[in-house]
Amino acid sequence: MEHIVIIGNGIAGVTAARHIRKLSDKKITLISAETDYFFSRTALMYVYMGHMRWEDIKPYEDYFWEKNRLELRRGYVKSIVPKETTLLFDDGSHMTYDQLIIASGSTTNTFGWEGLELEGVQGLVTKEDLEALEKNAPNKKVCPHAVIVGGGLIGVELAEMLRTRDIEVTMLVREKAFWTSVLPHVEGALLSQHIQSHGVKIIHETNLDRILGDSNGRVRGVVVKESQEEITCNLVGITTGVKPNISFLEGSGIETDKGILVNRKLETNVPNIYAIGDCAQQRDPIGNRAAVEAVWYTGRMMGEVVAQTICGKETAYNPGHWFNSAKFFDIEFQTYGWVQPSSKRKDYETQFHWKHQDHTKFITLAYDKNEGTFLGINTFGIRMKHEVFDRWLTEDRSIDYVMDHLKEANFDPEFYAHYEHEIRSAFKNKTVTA
Amino acid sequence: MNTIQRNMSLTGEPPKTINTQQKIATVIGMTGLFILLLATFNVDFPAKTLWLSIALGAINTGIIWFSIAAYRSKHAGIKNDGVYFKSISGRGYLAWVLGLALTGFYIVLYFYPQYLGLTREGDNTGLIALFDPLSYLLSGNPASQWFVYGTLYTIAILAFGVKFMLKYRHNRYERLRTLSVMFFQASFAFLIPEFMARLNSDSFSLPYYDLKNIWPLNYYNFEQYRVDSFISAGDIGLALLLFGIASIFIITPILTYKYGKRWYCSWVCGCGGLAETAGDPFRHLSDKRMIAWKIERWVVHSVLVFVIVMTTAVVHSYLGEDASKYWLTKDVFLLSVGVFLTLLFLGIWFFKRKELEKDARYGAIGYLTIILILIGMHFTAGKTLFLFDAETLRSSYGFLIGAIFSGVIGTGFYPIFGNRVWCRFGCPMAAVLGLQQRLFSRFRITTNGGQCISCGNCSTYCEMGIDVKAYAQKGENIVRASCVGCGICSAVCPRGVLKLENGPLEGRIQGNEILLGNDVDLMKYVNKN
Ligand SMILES: Cc1cc2nc3c(=O)[nH]c(=O)nc-3n(C[C@H](O)[C@H](O)[C@H](O)COP(=O)(O)OP(=O)(O)OC[C@H]3O[C@@H](n4cnc5c(N)ncnc54)[C@H](O)[C@@H]3O)c2cc1C
Ligand code: SF4
Ligand code: SF4
Repeated sequence: MEHIVIIGNGIAGVTAARHIRKLSDKKITLISAETDYFFSRTALMYVYMGHMRWEDIKPYEDYFWEKNRLELRRGYVKSIVPKETTLLFDDGSHMTYDQLIIASGSTTNTFGWEGLELEGVQGLVTKEDLEALEKNAPNKKVCPHAVIVGGGLIGVELAEMLRTRDIEVTMLVREKAFWTSVLPHVEGALLSQHIQSHGVKIIHETNLDRILGDSNGRVRGVVVKESQEEITCNLVGITTGVKPNISFLEGSGIETDKGILVNRKLETNVPNIYAIGDCAQQRDPIGNRAAVEAVWYTGRMMGEVVAQTICGKETAYNPGHWFNSAKFFDIEFQTYGWVQPSSKRKDYETQFHWKHQDHTKFITLAYDKNEGTFLGINTFGIRMKHEVFDRWLTEDRSIDYVMDHLKEANFDPEFYAHYEHEIRSAFKNKTVTA
Repeated sequence: MNTIQRNMSLTGEPPKTINTQQKIATVIGMTGLFILLLATFNVDFPAKTLWLSIALGAINTGIIWFSIAAYRSKHAGIKNDGVYFKSISGRGYLAWVLGLALTGFYIVLYFYPQYLGLTREGDNTGLIALFDPLSYLLSGNPASQWFVYGTLYTIAILAFGVKFMLKYRHNRYERLRTLSVMFFQASFAFLIPEFMARLNSDSFSLPYYDLKNIWPLNYYNFEQYRVDSFISAGDIGLALLLFGIASIFIITPILTYKYGKRWYCSWVCGCGGLAETAGDPFRHLSDKRMIAWKIERWVVHSVLVFVIVMTTAVVHSYLGEDASKYWLTKDVFLLSVGVFLTLLFLGIWFFKRKELEKDARYGAIGYLTIILILIGMHFTAGKTLFLFDAETLRSSYGFLIGAIFSGVIGTGFYPIFGNRVWCRFGCPMAAVLGLQQRLFSRFRITTNGGQCISCGNCSTYCEMGIDVKAYAQKGENIVRASCVGCGICSAVCPRGVLKLENGPLEGRIQGNEILLGNDVDLMKYVNKN
């Protein structure tokens, strides 16, 4: 029986395994160094915040794996020997495969700052990080003050986590407002405001210079690059993005750049080896998408696709319209299509912004100012339907059409106040800002 | 350096203890309870009206002030921080103490009301006597243990209802349905029956009737003494009796078709009302495992079979044999129950077999059991059914289901098993509504394309123990018999994936192998297979 081995039991690897099982009877093994069972990485924060226990963030009950004949192997793959179609584990054991899927995910990205090795300096990506946080910041007595480096999705989650234990948080954000490497400035500014209202101190336009330690090798503070100011703290959260987890591939002959290089069929340069999820890098980026897409959804989509190929129906990774979502403290965010930050905006893209007076609901619609075609939407505090926007994007609807039909896309709970009318009349009154 | 044992499942330390205002509020509330406790131990309060007002006022003030102090200074939004770390909501010491106290209260209430001061002859004493002034004011009669219970129950729903509304102040669905249960509890369950009692005289007497309490939840509605007094109370009585029948056979099916069982379970019902308000801090404690779901289906449907058999036996026992005296004889009654169930079963089998699959077998077993028992009733003379007589059935149902299950376990164990144990495992009304919701209703929870991140918040906070994310992560609508439509899964979802909706029956239940977001051709190719 053909043996499919998958390195990584995250969303990408597990989705691939599930679909291969649906399509075939092949022997499937999922390997992970991190945990025995698949868990939702996106839910790590809720365990620390006391919303859920560890077992609650496992998407499948433990019986699921045996029932579906998915073999689980806990262990770290030290290296791959493609010539012998063999994996070597760090405990000295080995495993052979017929087809190999690498879904090894990401690790914390750092910029080689001085002091990274100190105790109390950590990222938030793995279960180990969560356990470290529980040790480094169990409460405000042990950890009165934390500094978070980087204003992105993981950074704001870490801030929210620490605030639930009343720990003072300072965030160093490189840009003028929160996450403006992705969001239009107006939105970033509103988010900064909201995050600050939760007692987080944000210092904009600053970078980390170095981390300071005490004589026990514990962190005692950081120095900000711009002002050379010193901030005392007991925890430094490094949340300056993630990078593919590929160090174990050195010397295997598998071509890598930032991530594992794959073609549209998700094949690496070595036959019978595929890469999916956070660790994969498209040789040729697809549309506006980044070459390395480190989000849950794309991991899942690649898993769905690679399973087809492995089971005999060669399929290219051909994702549909871009979408994503997040939550910033109390503000939910969804996006469909492309709304570009100023750094990436093409001249034909115009944006219309609307915000509710309470500043917890705001949306941006992007459209082509020449053709009037709708390009995408960012929606904060108002839930909208994925299917509807996906359809409108496929149908190349105009911005006017979208404005007139916005109500169809609303996905807020019943009885919620509606703002479509207000949004539409604001738009018609040409309070358009670029 | 850190010597404390840290276990990942229950690591965290509560963010902070309660604030000063909350402490004061707790003291006030506890004082109110303490007065009630003193009365229970027969401390004689001279001015009962005054002391009762102080006690109830203090309890109310305590709860409401506590809630204001807890939520007012916080942003509107989800408030689940530290839920698993707190002793009271994390099955800690306080939870056990509260659980035992509640259980003890229910045992005394149901089986030893004399300790609360109920006196057969002469005036009440103790706690019940303290409630006499209020009871006289409302109904003109002395209080009973049920009046005391009803008052405290109503206060719990009202005061904790305010708490719930503050907690979910950003969510209009939650606020409205809480107002609704508060209204139905205060009026239909509490005040109206008391006022109705005022109408009673020597020649006219209506039984205590909470109009929103529908058979089979109100399992005693068609017992002889009630039916007799309905009938002897003339037009009003007859109207009430007919209303009782129409509630279950006409009103319930229509509303459940339009809105799902939530119209009752989380907008009207008193048991649901208490669960949603006072029980809210315990909703995450429900068991989500597949095994729990299996047990649930067996238990709740067995209770349904039990209540149907019991009610049929009871009604059967007091009907006559002679058709010339009254058209509804024992045999006519049994036959009509049998015919009704047969038609119902055939209808479901015919229209919905595909959707039911395995469930159909269970349905068939339940149906057959009832029919066999009906036949048994016909052939066993007089009042006995096989070995049991109708009265034994009735009293064991009342004891096992009415008292032990719904009260002692259902409410007493809130802090241990979660707030909807009764609604999920025991309530025959929920079983009826659930069957209809699953088979023939416009209600469903829709999922938002491919947005689910399998975080598990929805499942964790589903009080009915439904593994919501199992559906959401497949892009499948949630159409489950047990869903009471509380809307909390939708509220806690951090990605805006879930929405409670009423819509057309067509395509109500469907899943996707490949979720929205991927190659459209691939989606079409895989999902149609
Ligand atoms: C805190 C946090 C919040 C997030 N929130 C969101 C969100 O809201 N929305 C969203 O879209 N995305 C979010 N993401 C990103 C998302 O979680 C990832 O994109 C996704 O989990 C990647 O899945 P994956 O299967 O590619 O890899 P992973 O989930 O990282 O799984 C890889 C697994 O492989 C194991 N592994 C790696 N190398 C080896 C080896 N050599 N031997 C054995 N095992 C190995 C790793 O230990 C790991 O368990 C978040 C990420 C984090 C960290
Ligand atoms: S599925 Fe959602 S709405 Fe239904 S009972 Fe559970 S939490 Fe409430
Ligand atoms: S809460 Fe929302 S995102 Fe999380 S598992 Fe449930 S549906 Fe998915």
